[in-house]
Amino acid sequence: MKKENVPQDEGALGKITKEVCYATDSSGKYTTQLSAGWQVKNEALDVAWKDVEQRIAGARQRVLNGEASPLLFFMELRLMDLGILSDYTGYWKWQIKRHLKPEIFKKLSNRKLQKYAETFSVTVEELKTMTVNET
Amino acid sequence: MKLDFEHRQSAHCESGVTSSLLSNISGGRITEPLAFGIGAGLFFCYIPLIKINNGPAIAFRTFPGLIFKRTCNALGIPVVRKKFNSKAKAEAFLEKCLAEGTPAGCQVGVYYLSYFPREYRFHFNAHNLIVFGKEGDNYLISDPVMETSTSLTSYELERVRFAKGALAPKGQIYYPKSSVYITDERMRKAIISGIKNNVNQMLRIPGNFAGVKGIKYTGKKIKKWRDKLGVQKAGSYLAQLVRMQEEIGTGGGGFRYIYAAFLQEAHSYVQQDELLEISKIFTQSGDLWRDAAVQASGIYKGRLGSQEDFDRMGDYLIEIAELEKNAFRALKNIKWK
Repeated sequence: MKKENVPQDEGALGKITKEVCYATDSSGKYTTQLSAGWQVKNEALDVAWKDVEQRIAGARQRVLNGEASPLLFFMELRLMDLGILSDYTGYWKWQIKRHLKPEIFKKLSNRKLQKYAETFSVTVEELKTMTVNET
Repeated sequence: MKLDFEHRQSAHCESGVTSSLLSNISGGRITEPLAFGIGAGLFFCYIPLIKINNGPAIAFRTFPGLIFKRTCNALGIPVVRKKFNSKAKAEAFLEKCLAEGTPAGCQVGVYYLSYFPREYRFHFNAHNLIVFGKEGDNYLISDPVMETSTSLTSYELERVRFAKGALAPKGQIYYPKSSVYITDERMRKAIISGIKNNVNQMLRIPGNFAGVKGIKYTGKKIKKWRDKLGVQKAGSYLAQLVRMQEEIGTGGGGFRYIYAAFLQEAHSYVQQDELLEISKIFTQSGDLWRDAAVQASGIYKGRLGSQEDFDRMGDYLIEIAELEKNAFRALKNIKWK
């Protein structure tokens, strides 16, 4: 890629920092050039977030339908899978799978609810009611 | 307390941290491309059975941690590397490093990395940064992908050093143990061994998933994605491919441009004119990767979507595989003087 062809399409990162690209100058020698972003990859990032939003909406609906506990919603919201949630809470994956069932979630002790709430950075009340107060 | 340390922006976090830390002890001779090339950073790998963020697991670079390790090994620089079970011990060790005047590299997760834009904060745990001082409760941070140095509170730093999930950093800290003078001869040997390492990694690695064979394999798979996954999901998969290839830290073209830059810089230590010619092939390959990304974006933006469009996408990778095979064969066949 030639230095003058390094794209400058501002994306999410461009607001905070420009990134280093390696490109060639007129004599073909490599040098670095800052880029504000590239449309093609800005769009790739948009696709990834759109997928995340869809999964969050899907999870919310399943909780409302009584098919899953609010844990599912917060897992999607915080981009966590079973493995990550298990590592942060210290619960086994099979335990979390149980807690994902609404009837079992309802009987969880306050201590366990507190643990999940902390992991998701919400209060227990917010955890139970699927409320999010994001700044 | 602020150590005498100059922040340098780089393309990639690990080769950036490596070159910054080594530059500090070697008088500025280890640039990012040299660190990347000596550390044999160029790679390709697609593991179909594993999913990352609900998409395909694709990597354009070698396993996290290897670039620093290999570069230091090849240059004969002793390394200190530690992981911790206790957060308190991890912080105490970092404080000790700073008190001794040593800037330290840390592996961190980006999900809670407060100065990163929200859009970039996935659960990715193989990011690297350098801590070079502390003022009050704030640690001074040199993050190679940022334009300027930044800071994190002790709580924020602890949180990212102890991020959880795949490749959890466990407070990992690393730095070169002592200053060394790197002779031209040492550099020459390190460069040649780095190239040989990378040739093996791309040409001789067993199985279909990795190296140049992995690129071809992925190209063939992509042609089937439309039928297998449906246009929308296949689009999301391609978007993930493009992100791995172009997102912050690759220097463009899935690290191919950094590698081309490395071969040019290598030429000033190892006077073999083949290096300059082969460097051009990697530039060409980087350009092709970017053309492929444009094709992919047509699909995930919904402008393209027919089977021919997917075939064309797959063919890009098959062409790249052939090109890189030739480039690495040419590197393999160099008769080192």
